Amino acid sequence: MITFTLNGEPRELDLDPNQPLLWVLRDHLGLTGTKYGCGQGECGACIVLLDNEPVNACSTPLAAVRERSVTTIEGLSRDGRHPLQLAWIIEEVPQCGYCQSGQIMMAAGLLAKHPRPTEEQIDAAMSQVLCRCGTYGRIRRAIHRAASPEVKGG
Amino acid sequence: MAERMSGSGLSRRAWLKVGALMGGGLVLSLVLPSHAEPVAEAPDADSEGPAPPVGDVNARVAPNAWIRIHGDGRIQLTLARSEMGQGVMTSLPMLLAEELEVGLDQIQIEPAGVAPVYGNPLLGEQATGGGTSTREAWDKLREAGAVARVLMISAAAAIWGVPESECRARRASVHHVDGTRSLSYGELASRASELPVPPTVALKTKGDWTLIGTSQRRLDTPGKVRGTAGFGLDTRLPGMLFATIERCPVIGSRVESWRAGAAKAVPGVVDVLAVRHGIAVVADSTWAALVGRERLVVECRPKSDPGLDSERLRARLRAGLTGRAAVALKEGDVSLALASSAQAIEAVYALPFQAHACMEPMNCTADVRPDGCDIHVPTQAQSAALETARRVTGLPSERIAVHTTFLGGGYGRRREQDFVLDAVELSMMLKRPVQVIWTREDDLQHDYYRPMTLHRLRGGLDAEGHPSAWFHRIVGPSVLSRRDPARVRDGLDPLMLGGAAELPYRIPHRRLEYRRSDSPVSVGLWRGEGYSHNCFVTECFLDELARAAGQDPLVMRQRLLAESPRHRRLLERIAERSAWHGPLTAGVGRGLALIEAFGSLLAVVAEVSVEAGRPSVRRVVCVVDSGQLVNPDAVRAQIEGGVVFGLSATLKGEITLRDGRVEQSGFGDYPLPRFDEMPEVEVTFMESDEAPGGVSGLATPAIAPAVANALSALQGTPIRSLPIRLA
Ligand code: FES
Ligand code: FES
Repeated sequence: MITFTLNGEPRELDLDPNQPLLWVLRDHLGLTGTKYGCGQGECGACIVLLDNEPVNACSTPLAAVRERSVTTIEGLSRDGRHPLQLAWIIEEVPQCGYCQSGQIMMAAGLLAKHPRPTEEQIDAAMSQVLCRCGTYGRIRRAIHRAASPEVKGG
Repeated sequence: MAERMSGSGLSRRAWLKVGALMGGGLVLSLVLPSHAEPVAEAPDADSEGPAPPVGDVNARVAPNAWIRIHGDGRIQLTLARSEMGQGVMTSLPMLLAEELEVGLDQIQIEPAGVAPVYGNPLLGEQATGGGTSTREAWDKLREAGAVARVLMISAAAAIWGVPESECRARRASVHHVDGTRSLSYGELASRASELPVPPTVALKTKGDWTLIGTSQRRLDTPGKVRGTAGFGLDTRLPGMLFATIERCPVIGSRVESWRAGAAKAVPGVVDVLAVRHGIAVVADSTWAALVGRERLVVECRPKSDPGLDSERLRARLRAGLTGRAAVALKEGDVSLALASSAQAIEAVYALPFQAHACMEPMNCTADVRPDGCDIHVPTQAQSAALETARRVTGLPSERIAVHTTFLGGGYGRRREQDFVLDAVELSMMLKRPVQVIWTREDDLQHDYYRPMTLHRLRGGLDAEGHPSAWFHRIVGPSVLSRRDPARVRDGLDPLMLGGAAELPYRIPHRRLEYRRSDSPVSVGLWRGEGYSHNCFVTECFLDELARAAGQDPLVMRQRLLAESPRHRRLLERIAERSAWHGPLTAGVGRGLALIEAFGSLLAVVAEVSVEAGRPSVRRVVCVVDSGQLVNPDAVRAQIEGGVVFGLSATLKGEITLRDGRVEQSGFGDYPLPRFDEMPEVEVTFMESDEAPGGVSGLATPAIAPAVANALSALQGTPIRSLPIRLA
């Protein structure tokens, strides 16, 4: 039995502790916002926050979240109005959208650590998440927007 | 029930039929020209229409229903194009809303089923691709909106007993100019559905537009930032199983034997079955299926194919650079012009296989039952998906439903049917709904790749340094022969020639040849289609000619486009935006490329330097003339994204074969551009009143030659192969 916190709620699961968190979320808990892109830890489509640190859910066994706190895109905000989500809408970031859960969760981890990130800090974090549609320029703008206290919402 | 045809502007594409909705309301349906033809000749359209069946009008019109205005005020548009990031889910309703005089927020989108009327005449099937969606809908949706608006106004005028000229439509209501009376479309819909259809409708003029040409927030964005947008892999059906298929890695090899004991012992694995494409492991979760697949022992034959490797394939193409070939275009006398030119140059260009690498790997979920079949699939080709299911199941078409999910990327890959076949076949065997997931490795190794091609170019300059002769031979496989063999005529595959035949430049003597050279490697449509290889070749070679003539590449292009004002204006603008004639930082090269494709024009300038022995793209400036923009910000996004997509083929990965198998298996060995490698892409639009052109495949082909030309300018040596590897 593995107990952990998922999007603020306590959870108790009786599953193979080796099963990657990605599939636990998607197939057992119905949280399909976290995406499968490679299963190899190389694309970042599966990023979730583990105690506020971005991790690839495809490479994180369920055992690793024991007694820890997991946040997925579904739990980032109650109403879909997290500053990053609003900034993403204002900047019209998504194209196909498939990578965007991972992008937003990576950005959320970045802002949790560096509320006013430098370009270098943004580069270092966001280079871990691929976007085949090429939305990188807009992601940068959206992060800056979300990080500047004077420009929230809209 | 009254049903009438509007033959006005739509006649050549399809006929618009106006009818009443059961329960009150108005429906606009499309009837294909072939069905409507007898009607066109008959003075009384009603009498020739299909016999009205008894019963529910809704059911009767449903297969063709397109736009519905319900008595309760809901306005629904049936969307028959796939949303894969290009924004059709927003731009198409904008066209309707503009003419119907409703807000974009007042239109609901209903995904279309599969029916001939939803076909895309530009593609010859119900499909999305090649930048056709807006082009195809531009007149059709606006005319339909205008017809409905006119009917609403007529209905209101009749109810109030006032002239129509005193009625105005605004935000889904008709208002009388006296300001005291208004009726909503919902209130008017039933009455409007009984009125005669106007023989002609006037479309709004550009000055009156309030939506077209303004950037509207995309309707699919909120779901995509909340994780609620449903992609193919997010499909969940009651009782659904998960499956993954072990395929033979060597191209053309077959399963000889397999042992499933260990796989079946994995908890959660339900079954292991041989299917067309390999051995399927079926489980109650994706993870169990993947673990089971790892335990599976599959022997394939042949185990290797040493003849099938990239070097040998290239050598085979090289043999096609000489000898006979099909002639695609012949103007003047190239041989003579080359022989008499003051200076002639020759070059061979090479491009490798490229994968699509959609972020959402291929997948499909199917539920085949004795009485019918539902397919939930991220597809660009609904009618082909239905046909695949029909062939596999033997069910009649009307019992097969194709539900299009959001697509986690398409780029041409999702026009194919291999993943649909997997799921339909497996569900039929299991008698249960099943989701088949391709791993990233499957996705990269079993793609329909952009073909490997070789190109021979010869160019001649006259005494003044003007290009007088241009010879281009393309050597590569046929992409179209598998998809549409009838269109491959006289040895020519039009998809392989894209951009090479319709060169925008005026050069008096030209010859284009195509030498077909197929290989067992599957090839298909890739973003930008044939332009994605030809544009690299032609735009780089033009720069070679300019260098040989000692001319500025932009100035040379301007001369060659002396008779094309639209192109010249584009070049003037790019020169200005990129400060083409201005000074450059030391160590930076500037390169230009121009493309005319899908009804659009794009000029792009890249500034490139070499950092640690590798090209680094510092700045990209684009000027786009894609006619009238519908949703400008979405077009901008397509250009930005197209540049990144094209940079991957310019600078990053390639697909190679060794011993009969694709060597790449993930983003480690098939790298894509990452965030910190991407320059800002500056996009400027030309003002234009032309009809909208396609844009999704526009920037991808053009960025490669722009970057290559920049590096050539910097280093003084031409770049003739992709991806660019500096020695
Ligand atoms: S799916 Fe986890 S990194 Fe790609
Ligand atoms: S938006 Fe399509 S992969 Fe990023």
